[in-house]
Amino acid sequence: MNCCGAGLAAESTNNSKDIALWQRDEELRRSGRVMPDGSAEYVFSVPDIHCGACISAIEDGLSNVEGIVASRVNLTLRRATVRLDSPERAPGFIFDALRNLGYQAMPLDIADQAHEQAKQSSELLKALAVAGFAAGNIMLLSVSVWSGAEGATRDLFHLVSAMIALPTVAYCGRPFFRSAFAALKVRRLNMDVPISLGVLLAVALSIYETFTGGAEAYFDAAVTLIFFLLIGRYLDQLMRERARSSVLGLARLAAKGAMVVSDSGEIRYMAVDEIVPGMRLRVPAGERMPVDAKILTGATELDRSLVTGESVPVLAGVGDHVEAGTLNLTGSVDLIVVRPANQSFLAEVLRMLEAAEQAKGRYERIADRMARAYAPSVHILSASAFVMWILLTGDFHFSLYTAIAVLIVTCPCALGLAVPVVHVIGAGRLFQGGILMRDGSALERLAEANHAVFDKTGTLTTGNAQACLPQFSATEARIARALALNSTHPSSRAVAEALSGTVPCEGEAIIEIAGFGMEGVFEGKRARLGRASFVAEISGTTPSGEGLTFAIEGSAPLGIAIAETPRDGAAEAIAALQAAGIECEILSGDAPASVARIAKAVGITKWRASETPATKMARLEELRDQGAKALMVGDGLNDAPALAAGHVSFAPASASDAGRFAADFIFTRDNLGAIVEAREISLKAARLVRQNFALAIAYNFISVPLAFAGQVTPLIAAIAMSTSSIIVLANSLRLQWQAHGNSSQKQHTRASVSSSRTMGARA
Amino acid sequence: MTGLLFLVPIALFLGVLGLAGFLWSLNSGQYEDLDGAGERILNDDGPLEKTGTKKP
Repeated sequence: MNCCGAGLAAESTNNSKDIALWQRDEELRRSGRVMPDGSAEYVFSVPDIHCGACISAIEDGLSNVEGIVASRVNLTLRRATVRLDSPERAPGFIFDALRNLGYQAMPLDIADQAHEQAKQSSELLKALAVAGFAAGNIMLLSVSVWSGAEGATRDLFHLVSAMIALPTVAYCGRPFFRSAFAALKVRRLNMDVPISLGVLLAVALSIYETFTGGAEAYFDAAVTLIFFLLIGRYLDQLMRERARSSVLGLARLAAKGAMVVSDSGEIRYMAVDEIVPGMRLRVPAGERMPVDAKILTGATELDRSLVTGESVPVLAGVGDHVEAGTLNLTGSVDLIVVRPANQSFLAEVLRMLEAAEQAKGRYERIADRMARAYAPSVHILSASAFVMWILLTGDFHFSLYTAIAVLIVTCPCALGLAVPVVHVIGAGRLFQGGILMRDGSALERLAEANHAVFDKTGTLTTGNAQACLPQFSATEARIARALALNSTHPSSRAVAEALSGTVPCEGEAIIEIAGFGMEGVFEGKRARLGRASFVAEISGTTPSGEGLTFAIEGSAPLGIAIAETPRDGAAEAIAALQAAGIECEILSGDAPASVARIAKAVGITKWRASETPATKMARLEELRDQGAKALMVGDGLNDAPALAAGHVSFAPASASDAGRFAADFIFTRDNLGAIVEAREISLKAARLVRQNFALAIAYNFISVPLAFAGQVTPLIAAIAMSTSSIIVLANSLRLQWQAHGNSSQKQHTRASVSSSRTMGARA
Repeated sequence: MTGLLFLVPIALFLGVLGLAGFLWSLNSGQYEDLDGAGERILNDDGPLEKTGTKKP
């Protein structure tokens, strides 16, 4: 996207709202894509899209807006793609157009990683279609052979099968060959090694049989095997993409660029990585700090909760340092850049996050653990069959034939399906409960968790403060609401929320004084809402206590206590976890007093306060070294390394970018009970996976001796493989039935039910 | 048995036709919004240009 570097005169953008709008336009421009026909395409995440009426409401509503050429809603992904007539047009108005229609929108970067992932699943789907076509046709030809085709006809059918099978194996087998090759390169064995070996040997043997006029060819077995296994692979990939796109669809919190003020007073928008120390930035209220910097002019309050976990906003004035990622709450400030973006606090946390992610990569999936024992034994079995028969009969051809038959029947076809199907159904069940899962191994790890670590701010608490109102008269309430509505400060919002039933009073000259509070004139009298000392200036008497104070000129001040509220279901969820033998503790960046209060409210006795990202991560590593499997629940940037270091992790949808990307599960409903629900599903899934393994092993106990005895004809191989796959699939589906049994007792929104329906349909 | 000489190619050709049809529908994005497709059929709105389904 072209970067429009048009300088705006500083005078015209003094209003911080204008700067914010302009910054939004610039960020959007960079996220868009110029189409070949000269139009520009932008993708928005619109989480409120939930039914067919929304589709027509948005598409019809946008079609009349000037500048919009076309719009298309995707109900599955809850996205809207909007095409503008020219890349020069500032795209910010699309937000307003969507808001007028009643939808909140967030921009999505088309260039983001999701694109690469989407390609992978459509590649797999194509391979699956080709394999399905080939398997069907080869099976028909094989049926003819089995029903008695002989001589030239049989050879012809084998030849046709070979012509279909060769390109199919070459094209559809690539995912397995690639993975097997990668494993062999680092001298390891995974499930794909025996699969690749079995398929390749079966095809090679069958070609030999075809050209020597042999009676038995395994083309159908080789292709059907690939077909079944691709189903498993595709389901696995689909589930990951679905979760990832939902994660991406949530708001982006880190600033991608900033307004740079040049020496001549001109303002330009620059991407974060172009910003160097010494530059002067302007950050309006409501925006996040792009880099570590020092305040040059202006005063404001900062919400550092994503960085430190501290819930109370901090006052910052000239000369104070601000960290990247803190939210500028009340006033526009000019900053001087201290460190470039790649050395900022934010970047440091992300580096820790990466290190922790790598450590987690060491986790071995159950299927791979099985493969470690399974692959060598299959190879040994097959080799010993060959040795045994060559010693007994001396017939090289028959011995090789038997060895390959052993490889084919032991192919972990059922295993390849068993695990992904359970995981996909588990993911669909979690989705109904508003929980998104990053990948299947998370479900395995959740089932193993035996220790729980919670963050406080935004995790155990709602993140929104709650105001405890004093006895207001009707007028006082109306004035207080009018003042509170004019500020984005969390305390003001809490007051406005608490007074939501009252109609705000018409006031004049309502202003926000950064770091102190709100002031306005109502019916000739001044009224203030804010810090005690600030309010005392007009009320005369000194009010007491913490929190906010409100007063009308000449009357006594009233204190408003601001308290954090525990998240819904927090105490119940923790009680349930403790009942299941899971030890719970709190690691918070906040002050000891408030941590102790919340710990008591939710029933946790073990807590630590004033933690930093590094100490949180260290605690998680300590737990791991002690052999505990820690379940980490957190939301902030400061929790991200700990989330990645935990054995398994949860984050609420309201979490910071880094937190959401680090977590394995994201719960979109406010209730903390999601963790307990997810754990129950993971335990059920783990049980089903174990059953499936048992079934697959039982199948091998019957088929391996047959193959070893040289009794497995292509017909028997085809029947045995299909039957075992179907049995395992049917067993996995029980998770869905159990899920339906449970969910009928609970209320579900239409949206979640319809998404689970598609999940099921695809599975 | 000579019937096989043309019946097998015909069967394969039809199969390939089906496969090609599926790959075409996949590439043209018809599987991108499975939920939406079901709902769109109920929207009785005006010409195609209005809903933006067609390129102008």
